[in-house]
Amino acid sequence: MSFQIPIGPQHPALKEPISLRMTVEGEVITDVDMRLGYNHRGMEKLAEEKSWLQNIYVTERICGICSHSHATCYVQGVEKLMELAPPRRGLYIRYLVAELERVHSHLLWLGVAGHEAGFDSFFMYTWRDREIVMDLLEMISGNRVHYAINTLGGVRRDIDEGQKAKILEGVATLRKRSEYYFYIGANEPSFVARIAGVGYLSKESAIALCAVGPVARASGVARDVRKDDPCAVYGELDFEVATADTCDVLGRVVVRVKELLESYKLIEQMVKGLPAGDIAVKAPRKAKPGEVVSRYEAPRGENIHYIKANGTDKPERLKVRAPTLANYPATVEMLRKGFIADIPLIFAAIDPCICCAERTVTLVAAGSGEESVVRMSDLRRQALARHQNAPVKRNAVWPL
Amino acid sequence: MLNKLTRWSRIKSPWILHLNSGACNACDIEIVAALTPRFDVERFGILLKATPRHADVIIASGPVTRQIRDRIIRIYDQVPDPKFVIAVGACAMSGCVYRGAYNIMGGIDQVIPVNMYVPGCPARPDAIIDGVVKLLGKL
Repeated sequence: MSFQIPIGPQHPALKEPISLRMTVEGEVITDVDMRLGYNHRGMEKLAEEKSWLQNIYVTERICGICSHSHATCYVQGVEKLMELAPPRRGLYIRYLVAELERVHSHLLWLGVAGHEAGFDSFFMYTWRDREIVMDLLEMISGNRVHYAINTLGGVRRDIDEGQKAKILEGVATLRKRSEYYFYIGANEPSFVARIAGVGYLSKESAIALCAVGPVARASGVARDVRKDDPCAVYGELDFEVATADTCDVLGRVVVRVKELLESYKLIEQMVKGLPAGDIAVKAPRKAKPGEVVSRYEAPRGENIHYIKANGTDKPERLKVRAPTLANYPATVEMLRKGFIADIPLIFAAIDPCICCAERTVTLVAAGSGEESVVRMSDLRRQALARHQNAPVKRNAVWPL
Repeated sequence: MLNKLTRWSRIKSPWILHLNSGACNACDIEIVAALTPRFDVERFGILLKATPRHADVIIASGPVTRQIRDRIIRIYDQVPDPKFVIAVGACAMSGCVYRGAYNIMGGIDQVIPVNMYVPGCPARPDAIIDGVVKLLGKL
């Protein structure tokens, strides 16, 4: 007998409130249907009414967690349209903020993964340390979340020697803390056993379904825009693309953990090698007619902006392909073979923007149409109970 | 006597519901950050609840999109009296940059009554805590 479970749409846990309809047989999910549009604000249309400069602040507010990545992607595209060459110091500061944002996003995500697996102290630890990087971002840009450091032709604020020293100090602390987490992860068999083998996505399906970011990299696909199509400064810096081949939630944790270390490396290189000079050039008010596609590796994967100009001071069309959207088909695939109890964990593994707020789930018996409401916290408790009784996978190892 | 007791208990430990009505997530992560060790609102007895039926205070973020409007009203109705609404962030106050977009209703006060506004894009965790404390002071 199969059941249908609608999840959402009101669940503040995710960036976009979406509705999922899962067909389950027993505890195994056989099919998933996604319904979108609850968070649709009409930003692309809004962008057509605003000038090139105003749109930086509009694109920044597409997503609050990867705000810098959308603004950077947009600015890169417009600079190409306007044939601007930002000074190298400006570019270094821009991508320095981008890497700091990646650190904050991944630390946030690690906490969520711990929370969903029932490891709440891990959540509190990572969020405590995330405040270090939030302080650094506030020091550089003046705001904790929407940095607004980008402008057409460079950045808006410069970094002085004292700030450089503080960034290096903060990164050193964070590196020490991250290494401590790896130690905890490696020595916590129940955590590893909970996430190993959950949400399997094979390398072939990751490629076929066009998964992006850490989801693809955890399935062994070394796809990273920073390496494949290095924009501006990434060509000059030394870093590696983090991959894992376990194809499950464990792999996604490992990839993000490795990326944290790579980001610390990048930040140190950028701060130490910060070139002298101006931070921005003056941008024209209008752009020549033309179109451009801009790519950027956001913390969650490849972000694409398509911009079309018609010679005025406003874009004719701005199309955004956010990484989460690209990962939806892969999510359906991951959920399809999973258990009801694993839904929160698998969902968290793609891209949780915020974590601890919980969701309401309605269980509908397909035969009788009877509905019962289950809270996400109950679902989580159910998941924990199931795994407490499950035999611990002794052979699961922390692959770091 | 009983009134005094209820008033005391309401001020001591308000339970909050976090409601996202189409926000960009910035205010949402700041609300979550207010719960984590640096700010730690739980020491004041403020507890984040998952279900509207347990909550006293709704912390709403984001402009209201047309698709989520009816659901917000439903959630507001589910919260037991007396209930309070705090609008966090510029979007929940007026619509912020989204003002004028075709799918946006404007601020959250277009849909449900609001008791307290916390400005900022996004509002800082300390500002959110300050908003809750000021609301309690009014009780």
